[in-house]
Amino acid sequence: MNALGLEQIWVYLSASPLLHLFATLLAFILATYINRWAGGTPLLHPVIVTIALLIGFLLLTGTDYATYFQGAQFLHFLLGPATVALAIPLYDHRERVRRMLRPIVVGTITGVATAVISAVGIAMALGADPETIFSLAPKSVTSPIAMGIAEKLGGIPSLTAGLVLITGVIGCIVGPWIFRLTRVTDPTIQGYSMGLAAHGFGTAYCFASVGAVAGAFSGLAMGVSGLTTAFLLPPLVHLLGL
Amino acid sequence: MSLIIGMCILLGCQFLGEIISRALSLPVPGPVLGMLVLLIGLLIRGSVPASLRTMGEGLLKYLTLLFVPAGVGLIQHFGLIRQEIWILIATLIASTSVTILVTSQILQRTARQRPAGKEEEA
Repeated sequence: MNALGLEQIWVYLSASPLLHLFATLLAFILATYINRWAGGTPLLHPVIVTIALLIGFLLLTGTDYATYFQGAQFLHFLLGPATVALAIPLYDHRERVRRMLRPIVVGTITGVATAVISAVGIAMALGADPETIFSLAPKSVTSPIAMGIAEKLGGIPSLTAGLVLITGVIGCIVGPWIFRLTRVTDPTIQGYSMGLAAHGFGTAYCFASVGAVAGAFSGLAMGVSGLTTAFLLPPLVHLLGL
Repeated sequence: MSLIIGMCILLGCQFLGEIISRALSLPVPGPVLGMLVLLIGLLIRGSVPASLRTMGEGLLKYLTLLFVPAGVGLIQHFGLIRQEIWILIATLIASTSVTILVTSQILQRTARQRPAGKEEEA
């Protein structure tokens, strides 16, 4: 095949949704292998590696995000139904929730408030832009919910998505260290704290490194704190007149 | 067929959630309300339909993949990120650490007040 033929194929491919959907899935498979090869470290989490690979690919080929998104939107769309599906693990754990209702209610409200107030407070103190602050506010919540909240607040949903991912990585690194330092050994408490502060990353970490009970509680925390933040944060911001 | 029924339940709940969010102009995202609608439905029904479990758990298993398209959107914010990188990093590390610390301490204190629970697994 001559160079002109290749170029024509590239022109066709780079404009069709097929290429970027395919590239996203391939990058994810590759990233999963890289993470396994690196011993499952949260620093090289598959999602972070996938995003880095794809950003590299877009920069190399000079593709803009809008073109990429034409292909990737099919995956992006599934975030909506996936958020709805979080009701299933919540329903599965309803008995546990009933048994630990008081600590869960108190812990969730304090935890969510701490996550939001500390993020907004520190960012404001350091002189961040309002858009950045709104994008940071829901950073502890699982991405689909956080992006919805950021959009409602006037933040930048895609910036929030990235900040949420980085929060997850940080949580997996500092969490075990904090538990050791403060002598928190109860797996339900470890799990709940990780899920609340570091959403799905915390949950995955708990299932892999602490145990099944911690994982289940972490998943529960992710759902409950996501809901709580979604209901509390936007009215709170309206109230503060930010 | 079961995957289609499961997807219809999820999309139906999301649809209801979007309608509620818009009709009452609530500041809560539609899919979050959809999740509540589904949760209430499941509590009333008393069980999770097999079709819904297959579809829902399949989606949740690959939830991380679904973040990727939005995450790649960071490419549009390189300017903003470069400008505020230290603010972002400092905020994320400090806030995440404080959140884990406060939550675990509060849980430990409130959980201790209930009659000693049994730990089934370590």
